[in-house]
Amino acid sequence: MPEYQIVVCGSVVPDPLQTLEPVAGPTGPALKNEMMLPAWLDPWAGHALYEAANLAAKNPGSKVWLVALGPKAKLQQAMMTLAQKVPFELVALDGSASGFTDAAETAAALAEAIQAIPGLDRSKLLLFGGWESASRGAGATMQIIGEILGITDQFQGVDAIGVESDGSFKILERVEGGQHQVSVCEAPPVLLGWATGNLPEPRNNPQVGMANMRAIMPALQKAKPSKIGAEGVTFHSVSLPKQARDTKVVKDLPADQIAAEIVGWITNK
Amino acid sequence: METILFLSPTEAGAPLSKNALEALATTKQLADSLGTTFSVGLWGDAPKTDDIASCGAAKFYAVTGAEFSQPRYATDAAAAEALARAAGATIIIGPAGSRWNRISAGVAHRLGGRADGHVTGFSVSDGAPAIARWYYRQRMEGILSRTQRPWVLAVESGIAPAWQGAPGPTAAEAVACTPAGVRSKVSGIESQAADQQTIRPDADLLFVTGAGWTKKQPDGQVKIAEAEKLILGFLGLARASLGSTKSLVDLSGEGQATLPFLTHMNQVGQTGSTPRHAKGLSTCCHGEEPHTVGWRFIGERRAISLDANCGWARGKADVLYVADAFAVMEKVNALLAQKTCG
Repeated sequence: MPEYQIVVCGSVVPDPLQTLEPVAGPTGPALKNEMMLPAWLDPWAGHALYEAANLAAKNPGSKVWLVALGPKAKLQQAMMTLAQKVPFELVALDGSASGFTDAAETAAALAEAIQAIPGLDRSKLLLFGGWESASRGAGATMQIIGEILGITDQFQGVDAIGVESDGSFKILERVEGGQHQVSVCEAPPVLLGWATGNLPEPRNNPQVGMANMRAIMPALQKAKPSKIGAEGVTFHSVSLPKQARDTKVVKDLPADQIAAEIVGWITNK
Repeated sequence: METILFLSPTEAGAPLSKNALEALATTKQLADSLGTTFSVGLWGDAPKTDDIASCGAAKFYAVTGAEFSQPRYATDAAAAEALARAAGATIIIGPAGSRWNRISAGVAHRLGGRADGHVTGFSVSDGAPAIARWYYRQRMEGILSRTQRPWVLAVESGIAPAWQGAPGPTAAEAVACTPAGVRSKVSGIESQAADQQTIRPDADLLFVTGAGWTKKQPDGQVKIAEAEKLILGFLGLARASLGSTKSLVDLSGEGQATLPFLTHMNQVGQTGSTPRHAKGLSTCCHGEEPHTVGWRFIGERRAISLDANCGWARGKADVLYVADAFAVMEKVNALLAQKTCG
């Protein structure tokens, strides 16, 4: 049975149900009351973490690290819930997780932290993350980390990974038209930017939470400060979409008349 | 003066995709706005630069080889890097499809530049280019420029009409490329049968289904089978693409009765896709602003909901029909079937 070292990159994002409003900050755009907004692990990074834990559980001897960059207080907030989900070791970096920072700067900091993980073995390395974040949403960070670490087997929009009998990986990536591209990669190291995957969110497990938290709190305390910005970028504007539509509300119209209207609208090119 | 390069992979024996032709048109517009020229670089087993001979490009480049027909990182990134270096490009524009999205940031890193994805517009200010893109899952739009070059950009589909023009002879400069460390191969595509395919990016209409389809109806019964028949019937008759709210897709993961043909691939919105279609019809959807980003890039929008004050529709749709979607869609399907037979 192969043993893997699975490193998951992920950060925190504001709860998507909150009102998000851009404001001008001293170093560029920011979110209004950003530090007050409740933080979650980025959804696609979360899928990557659950898939990593699932793969590690199926391959005894494997280990999962979560390398997370964000304000220390926000990371701690997210870990209170996340730690109860699956076993992992946290590597924390204390810096901005704003969507307005640059992917290249974030990637450089994360790659440096990954390279500093003691005992990391490239021949066992699976590098996981979300294919995009819910903040910057550029789909750039993981690619750049892969390049820095010299990993040229990269897959994005991944929904499944399977380990074949010869140790190779069968990987399903989302491509156009709701299809999956099937690829075979010989062996680690490999980089997977996850889409949704196939696993539901794990239930909270207090025992896992207690075990995780013993290492998470010290990891947070020694989180390395990382200065992440957007050097060379000038934001000319950041604004909310303003175009509210003048909605015509149609009430008390029989179903067949509504249907006729809709069909006329659909078929009118 | 910027040196602009349009880059795209090609599929074996196929013309450039619509998405690529739109990005080509966008590239030409940007070059015209900046008062400069642009070049084209294609790669694949037999890239057909002749197909776009009249696009206005000053020069054509091509990386050719059987290994470049596979949509994989190692070979695609190597080809794009070689083409960018050959052209000496400072701005590199590609179509935001799965192939370009997979490599664009990695290529930027190799070239010592920076990348931005999901570009939805260009402008020129004081002679310098700026791009528009969305942040926080389409919640807010930013307009930005960069000093770093090369600047590698992935342009979204639907922001410009696809380039059209006559083919002709071109003398593409062959660019040498020897990708190293290729350890992956593409073994195929998994997709549903054509008649079961519910995601159709080229469809005129996006049909969005919400969790209301799986709730108890006025007679107290849940009508999953009827909902499935109505939805699939409509998709077949209208040739529409199917989107779904997160709540409906998530039901399957929670062990509740749900629509079996829906997957996370259908999900639109905050953690799903934001497809571009000319029209959108939503049914049984509800929710406020964060959920409605799924149809931010839909042109004309109509909604059917029992809630006249639904945040999904009010201010977001052009027309809101306050009605039972089961009853309306049954009639819609009957009318569409009549038209088809007629």
